[in-house]
Amino acid sequence: MSEIASLSTGARQRQGSNIGQPMTRRDGVLKVTGQATYAADNNPEGLLHAVVATASISRGRVTHLNVEAARAHPGVVDVMTPQNRPKLAQDPDAKDHPFMFRLDLLQNDRVRYAGQPIAVVIAKTLEAATEGAALLAPTYDAEPAEVGLDGESFVPQVVGPGAPAKAEVGDFDAEYAGSATTLDATYETPAQYHNAMEPHSIVATWDGDSVSIDMPTQGLGMAVGRVAGLFGIPPENIHIRSPFLGGGFGSKGMPAGPQMLGIIAARHVGAPVKLVLSRQQMYGPVGHRGQTRQTVRLGMKDDGHLTAIEHHTLTTTSRFDDFLEPASNVSHTLYAASAIRTTHAGTRIDIGTPMFMRAPGEATGSAALESAVDEAAWKARIDPLDFRLLNYAEVEPISGKPFSSKALRECYAKGADRFGWAKRPLEPRSMRDAGGRLVGWGVGTATFPAIMFQAAARAVIRADGSGLMETGAHDMGQGSWTALHQIAADGLGLSMDETEFRAGSSDLPDAGIAGGSGHTATAGMALHRAGEDVIAKLVELAVNDENSPLYGAGNVGVVARNGRLVRQDDESRGEPYAAILERAGLAEIEGKGSGVPDAGPREKYAMYAHGAVFAEVTVDPELGQMRVTRLVGAFAAGRVINPRMVESQYYGGMIWGIGFALHEEAVHDKRSGRIMNANLAEYHVPVNADVPAMEAILVHEDDPHVNALGIKGVGEIGITGTAGAIANAVWHATGVRVRRFPITLVDVLNGADAG
Amino acid sequence: MNLSLTLTINGEQREIVLDDPRVTLLDLLRERLHLTGAKKGCDRGQCGACTILVDGQRINSCLALAISYDGSAITTIEGLAENGALHPVQQAFIDHDGFQCGFCTPGQIMSAVGLIAEAQADGDAERIREAMSGNICRCGAYQGITEAVLDAQAKISTGKERDAA
Ligand code: FES
Ligand code: FES
Repeated sequence: MSEIASLSTGARQRQGSNIGQPMTRRDGVLKVTGQATYAADNNPEGLLHAVVATASISRGRVTHLNVEAARAHPGVVDVMTPQNRPKLAQDPDAKDHPFMFRLDLLQNDRVRYAGQPIAVVIAKTLEAATEGAALLAPTYDAEPAEVGLDGESFVPQVVGPGAPAKAEVGDFDAEYAGSATTLDATYETPAQYHNAMEPHSIVATWDGDSVSIDMPTQGLGMAVGRVAGLFGIPPENIHIRSPFLGGGFGSKGMPAGPQMLGIIAARHVGAPVKLVLSRQQMYGPVGHRGQTRQTVRLGMKDDGHLTAIEHHTLTTTSRFDDFLEPASNVSHTLYAASAIRTTHAGTRIDIGTPMFMRAPGEATGSAALESAVDEAAWKARIDPLDFRLLNYAEVEPISGKPFSSKALRECYAKGADRFGWAKRPLEPRSMRDAGGRLVGWGVGTATFPAIMFQAAARAVIRADGSGLMETGAHDMGQGSWTALHQIAADGLGLSMDETEFRAGSSDLPDAGIAGGSGHTATAGMALHRAGEDVIAKLVELAVNDENSPLYGAGNVGVVARNGRLVRQDDESRGEPYAAILERAGLAEIEGKGSGVPDAGPREKYAMYAHGAVFAEVTVDPELGQMRVTRLVGAFAAGRVINPRMVESQYYGGMIWGIGFALHEEAVHDKRSGRIMNANLAEYHVPVNADVPAMEAILVHEDDPHVNALGIKGVGEIGITGTAGAIANAVWHATGVRVRRFPITLVDVLNGADAG
Repeated sequence: MNLSLTLTINGEQREIVLDDPRVTLLDLLRERLHLTGAKKGCDRGQCGACTILVDGQRINSCLALAISYDGSAITTIEGLAENGALHPVQQAFIDHDGFQCGFCTPGQIMSAVGLIAEAQADGDAERIREAMSGNICRCGAYQGITEAVLDAQAKISTGKERDAA
């Protein structure tokens, strides 16, 4: 079971010279030699260190901070509190749009969640700043905290960043009442924390009214806007560098409060400041995935056809801001039924505001829906894969729109074949391994929308025929430095080495946001269009130049190939870029492009990536100990730019699915509201030994509608489907259906006793 | 109060004067010597991002007080490549895509080098997974990491056999 398939499944479709090739990472050498610079690796001259002091109560007021003691500590330069914090141009509690989150920037003495920053100590050394923060010894006026799902609830207008909280097609109540068989099941998912390996950090240096910043961000443009607003300075005075993020997963989408505190501290002391959060401090002010309690009601006919699907989610948000995990909405797309109803409710608790976390809504919603569908299949005594095929959605159920492409059947077939699904006994608790452990097999359907944001890019061809492509894109591990470079080179008709690619800095064209699995599609389209633009200009020069072999070739068409423009009807006739520019007396020629979602096709089609995940688990019958022993995912997500990197994204997502199913849970102390396991020893994320030999199958899919490059997106889909597949495998192994995540051995043992 | 110590870092002997006994090896490397390859993911010995070799043994440098390592030989990720040639483990991490964001990578690689030297895992993927489990990779590059360690281990032992012959 531990044999490893090395990139055996990476599809190697050859679509350009570079697109489709499984190249290794362009930033690989930097990363394996320790030369890749993350924000906290910067140490400018005269640097001071800032450490945040955080609240240990969940609700109330800070009544005293021992500022004198902190200040008296050798090396401490200053202590910043609500009393002396420099004025800001904008109220940190202002909210102009749904992507703007309220920040805790020492605006007053209120505490609204445990872990909220209440002061910043700035010192000559990290050790002194750390000690200074400890010496503040805050006292509080504490109020009772609430952290569960059982408080007063409300019906939100929108969920996620702006999706409708309610949707309905058909008459659910009537269909459900008239169904031959029904299922009514409630599932719970806990608060989960992103825990990117790189803590949120910042190095900020002011020069008059300009600020130079190193900080990891998934959205350079939005970060510049936020800084500009808070400090009342023009965007051109702000330069942010974010060449490498040590993981983001959504938590670095918007600038976090503590990062802004680093900039304020630098202004306050008039020197460069480095501020890095501790691991524990990442459980509060930098977002998380909110808890959910989801009720799924399914109605079906005797033959297993679903007739009614209802998905209701109750989820938590903070007392002072809104982000509601849009978990129910995954039921819009996956299974056909004549009536579908999705609703949400929220409850406010004393926590930091939840945020986008890898597949926000899809991950939680899929865990519940895939479990429920499995329960329904068992009620109908139908194989769970056959049951999913029986209820396959030929059009998007909630909207009736056709899919722009949907190779899900191939995903089911290829995944099942590779996994050996056909040998699965229908009855649970019917397989054992050689060691006597119970063995179970489960399946889950994966899906994620093909989202695009907005991006711009600039293309240049230089006198020597080489190229330059620029877009302020972000690489948080997905491989932008490589995949976007591949698209850039193809866009210019050059090799990778002939194409210089610049990204990761706010002084480049805005690449939008690295989120929603849409960065490669969005920034990639901008690069593609910029390439078309500059090549068109070059063609224009050549076909109008009597001395060019391409003179007058405008109407037969001219294409870019390996640094040359050639006639489409006779590729032997043409000339190098450099020759064209030389005759025109130009040092370089420039083009521009933008990547935007195409309104027409998006109106007409439902656009999603799909996949199928198959899981095998073993469960010790006495101890309840569970292990995932095999995981096979087959995914179709449009065009693959770099199969090696796409495979890694799928693996990463599937491993998050393992964590979701079996490990991750932030546990609150009910009295104080504090998270009791705010560290990597007790908040469990999968480690190497938790991860079996995995396989990701890249299923070929051409999508003519999603964008000109045919790219959907791969960053998040892997987590969907996987959590459900594992839960279903645990049930198949044990006969115990656990309806809360993560599934623990206690749940399995208690379930076995009860059953 | 000044404390002086001698460390051999990546082959170079350094005389270090510390004004503070609280400085960890990790913070000494990162904040004072500006060798920022080793990363801080938790500062608690829970993630492995700060793994370095001290006298050939892999340790979590965030848990090590610098002053207690006087006289030690330290290898960090910056000292692994020789004359511009990548160490076989570094090359294997690239070949097998054993990283995504790269933040855990210096720690993973140093841990893998230490593990191979310990010669406890042979070519057994299961044991490599276990022995590399002190190094968390939130990106989930574990498949590539395990492949890379297997591959590098095989190459290093063939190299040794060749040298011995
Ligand atoms: S930083 Fe040392 S183990 Fe995490
Ligand atoms: S590569 Fe990102 S944490 Fe390992």
